[in-house]
Amino acid sequence: MEMICINCPLGCHLKIDENMNVTGNNCPRGKQYAIDEMTHPLRTLTTTVAIESVTHERLSIITDKPVPKNMMMDIVRSIKDLKVKPPVKMGDVIVENVLNTGSNLIASRSIER
Amino acid sequence: MRERELVIIGAGAAGMAAALGAYDNGIRDILLIEKEAEAGGILNQCIHNGFGLHTFKEELSGPGYAERYYTKIEDKGIDFLFNTQVIRIGEDKTVEYVNENGYDRIRAKAIVLSTGSKERTGASINLLGDRAVGVYTAGAAQKYLNMHGILVGKRVFILGSGDIGLIMARRMTLEGAKVLGVAEIMPYSNGLARNIKQCLEDFDIPLYLSHTITRVNGRPHLKSVTMSKVDENLKVIKGTEQEIECDVLLLSIGLRSDISLLDDIDIKKKRGAIVDNHYMTSKEGIFVAGNALHIHDLVDYVSQEAYDAGKYAAMYIKDHAIALNKHHASAGNGLGYVIPETFGDEDVTFSFRVNRVFKQCVIRITGDGLNKEIRKLSLIPSEMERITLKKEILKDLKGDLRIEVSEWK
Repeated sequence: MEMICINCPLGCHLKIDENMNVTGNNCPRGKQYAIDEMTHPLRTLTTTVAIESVTHERLSIITDKPVPKNMMMDIVRSIKDLKVKPPVKMGDVIVENVLNTGSNLIASRSIER
Repeated sequence: MRERELVIIGAGAAGMAAALGAYDNGIRDILLIEKEAEAGGILNQCIHNGFGLHTFKEELSGPGYAERYYTKIEDKGIDFLFNTQVIRIGEDKTVEYVNENGYDRIRAKAIVLSTGSKERTGASINLLGDRAVGVYTAGAAQKYLNMHGILVGKRVFILGSGDIGLIMARRMTLEGAKVLGVAEIMPYSNGLARNIKQCLEDFDIPLYLSHTITRVNGRPHLKSVTMSKVDENLKVIKGTEQEIECDVLLLSIGLRSDISLLDDIDIKKKRGAIVDNHYMTSKEGIFVAGNALHIHDLVDYVSQEAYDAGKYAAMYIKDHAIALNKHHASAGNGLGYVIPETFGDEDVTFSFRVNRVFKQCVIRITGDGLNKEIRKLSLIPSEMERITLKKEILKDLKGDLRIEVSEWK
């Protein structure tokens, strides 16, 4: 099985066999990625939520750990009506353990007011 | 007229880095002028992750990268003018601008232009058909969605496989739109491999290589686009047309450096501004950095280059004698451009892009007294290449230098 590693812009061409031996990776993250991709594909999710701010309409957020690939859409849908209040600091948890994935949605920037 | 030592126009990634570079090299009188209400430029709408692996050794969103960088400079006493649009730069380095207080102007000893780039539009590729509502550049749709929470349509087609378009394909899909496909006129993708994977393949969005949009249909609102196949000379093949019903067409067909503020100044230009290895134009004291100079794939490189531009601006302000342009560099076979075009005896980093896909190729850097070859497995136009030559290598060089790329023979 061949795949492109998505961990960084290098985009290594990985190969993985049935015994989970990985080749083509330039770093350990590539090996883990190939194994995860075969067993349970994970993705970092980035999106936004509404914020009641005088300067901004949306707050950008990110998962602090990758989530199952097939749950990305459900997560975005689950925060559709969520509205947060400033001040928010980069790294603040916006949604804890989102949809029981074990990952938190955290602010990927700060909005003061 | 009031005078400032350094005026930087545009407080995006490049402007902030130039300010830091100048500050670290002894300049304290710095004014940064920004048209938006906050620093960060295009980073603020790029909410995806992958920024800052080089600069901060962590993976940040675009806004996160902007914030980290702003934190580095905010306590340095650098003056910011937000919500302020520069309208003209004069030959005498007068900077004219407007904001809520009206019109004003100042004279600078040195200027760094870090005004970024503009997206190519339908007009730049002679997109035919109706003037339909629903045709957006990918970056405009990105701003609507990520900054204002507005999804511009429900059935989306994308022309061009540039990274912004790919990233928007994923973003709009996650927000509930149906992205029907991406057409790319070239036989290869223009986006990063990881974005083809995680933005298209993850969501089963087809990528049509060697295809383009030949007609936009619908009035007043977009109803469909006509897609056609092209041959190896990029000519449309008759009889391959297919109509795709959609309410949005996103254009992700490339960026162009924006140096329109230099229009009134007599400087040397080719594709964009021509600079020496200090990022200075042929007009002494005017520097260009970031995407305003050439289009980058990685913001980390923008920050590095612009930091140096700020450093050299500081040297110019203090000394006025930094130009030692002994050599000229030219883009030979296979290269679209090379920056800088002139350089002296110091270390120099050349940035360039190839103008087609090369597999198993060699980069040749040749001149009288210098001969260097670097082998590469592949070079593609969508990825910027950087090569640093140390001054020890340059010391025997007489005259000019040429950089070219060819396949292994």
